[in-house]
Amino acid sequence: MNFVMERFLGGKNGAIGIAILAALIFLVLPLVLDLFRLNLVGKYLTYAFVAVSLVLLWGYGGVLSLGQGVFFGLGGYCMAMFLKLEASDPESTKIQSTPGIPDFMDWNQLTALPWFWEPFHSFSFTVLAVLLVPMIFAIIIGYSMFKRRVGGVYFAIITQAIALILTVLIVGQQGYTGGINGITDLRTLNGWDIREDSAKYILYFVNAVLLFGVIFLGRYILTSKFGRLLLAMRDKEDRVRFSGYDVSNFKIFIFAVSAMISAIGGAMFTLQVGFMSPSFVGIVPSIEMVIFAAVGGRMSLIGVVYGTLLVNFGKTIFSETFPELWLFLMGGLFIAVVLYFPNGLAGIWEKHGKKLVNCIKRMQCYSATKSLIASMRTKFGAAKQS
Amino acid sequence: MSLENTDFALAVEDLTVSFDGFKAVDGLNFYLEKDELHVVIGPNGAGKTTVLDLICGKTKSTEGSIKFKNKELTKLAEHEIVHAGVGRKFQTPSIYENLSVYENLEVSYPQGRGVFGSLMFKRTDEVDKRIREVANEIFLGDSLDMEAALLSHGQKQWLEIGMLLIQNPELLMLDEPVAGMSVKEREQTADLLNRICKGRSVLVIEHDMEFVARIAHKVTVLHQGKILAEGDMQTVQNDPKVIEVYLGH
Repeated sequence: MNFVMERFLGGKNGAIGIAILAALIFLVLPLVLDLFRLNLVGKYLTYAFVAVSLVLLWGYGGVLSLGQGVFFGLGGYCMAMFLKLEASDPESTKIQSTPGIPDFMDWNQLTALPWFWEPFHSFSFTVLAVLLVPMIFAIIIGYSMFKRRVGGVYFAIITQAIALILTVLIVGQQGYTGGINGITDLRTLNGWDIREDSAKYILYFVNAVLLFGVIFLGRYILTSKFGRLLLAMRDKEDRVRFSGYDVSNFKIFIFAVSAMISAIGGAMFTLQVGFMSPSFVGIVPSIEMVIFAAVGGRMSLIGVVYGTLLVNFGKTIFSETFPELWLFLMGGLFIAVVLYFPNGLAGIWEKHGKKLVNCIKRMQCYSATKSLIASMRTKFGAAKQS
Repeated sequence: MSLENTDFALAVEDLTVSFDGFKAVDGLNFYLEKDELHVVIGPNGAGKTTVLDLICGKTKSTEGSIKFKNKELTKLAEHEIVHAGVGRKFQTPSIYENLSVYENLEVSYPQGRGVFGSLMFKRTDEVDKRIREVANEIFLGDSLDMEAALLSHGQKQWLEIGMLLIQNPELLMLDEPVAGMSVKEREQTADLLNRICKGRSVLVIEHDMEFVARIAHKVTVLHQGKILAEGDMQTVQNDPKVIEVYLGH
């Protein structure tokens, strides 16, 4: 019990933070919002997976990846391939020249299912692929870069290039990937209609549970010696290396874990939104996700969830009223956060919020002592009189 | 490369490194025994720090061999050299400022050095005891919970020495360990070094001659990547070549 408290929740303060966030996501939002808005929040929360992954990788590991959209996208595409195959049974695709393959393949004159689509008939394979494909991809990228000690800005630029390359690849190979439109018209998951209202509620809660799962995983990693080593490496990489650690292995590991976490978000995105397209893979979404993490506080697993929600609400509200201004506003927000609040919302809370709470506590103590003294006085007074 | 084995703890033979033709270390031969505290001195640019870089693997040598307990180090990766028993302190104190003194020592504890080992690592009583023991030795027993960034310059130097001591290295290399220390701190450090050189070899680079005289069993003077003189402090100080080099600068 103690172990769980310390390692997964992050002590008493961490547990309170998690409880408040859980109350918000599991109770307040579902009760207050209508289904359309709740589904929107569900979508935002899938981005929060990426933000959480950036806390581990960027906040603690000091490795800025501007290509987390790649892993989000890979996870999302894996799930979309499964759902698309289920939606493309021979019965509902009988008007195509080749029934039984996804519609976009038919439009692109493909006459058979490509080999790499075959295993996505199986749901268990798909779940494994969602987790492992991005992870393996991250291990390959990580191995080739961290072993050569590529880091910092160079790493950020290379990950950004990879995001671009993957987008170009997906768009260019439209017969295999659905191209720029992505994989659309997804209907059922093992026969369960994911477009129904009840399904949307259920998926929202599944997503929320998974999000807390990765937050716990993140806490576990960060409270271990591994977590302290990440901080140490960010500070003084050479000192860690000359203390007997193979620094690159640690970076590869955290990069792979962050890829896996992002991919879970991507898969949940596909399930809740009902499609996946290259616009969630490329440079822009990858950078947006870094902004979510920066605004929320890149050192706080909980803060980034708030950051993601806030920025996205802001985006929805502002882009409805001032569509052209939104991007500038977002850029300005990012610069302001980096310049003035390097630890984001979580940092502001650490600095000012806690003081406020203590102040309230003290006021209570003050009034409690006052009433105690008053009651003592009356008692003593009564004793004297008698 | 494969020179004969020796009885020395550390045997550096014909070690050369050249940066674009400039030989920072030139055909260096150098031996270190167990329980020996050896100080390397020399004017700026003599190649002192480069020698440490070469031994700990930070710089790769162009030629020559470095054998530690008859194990060739030149081909090993940095962390493997550490695993072989070599610890190195950097010139400017290199500690983790965001962590507490306790965590700095814990991170350096030689267990859980792999990815999964570090995830499973537990702060056992044994670890805790060892951390406190080392902290007391480096005069930081009362500052365990302090954030390392708040330590004085001298205390940071001690902390880094402690981070090496906790690994119990058989060869300890210290690059200017008393830089920025007060007179009293220097004395404490001298005592510390005299204590910890038992059971291991210690290689120190230092400029402070008074300090060198207090600790050195043997002194090597390096000049332009080559050994100028070697012996006990007395001999070296009276060597006319050494006097010339030092006065010349």
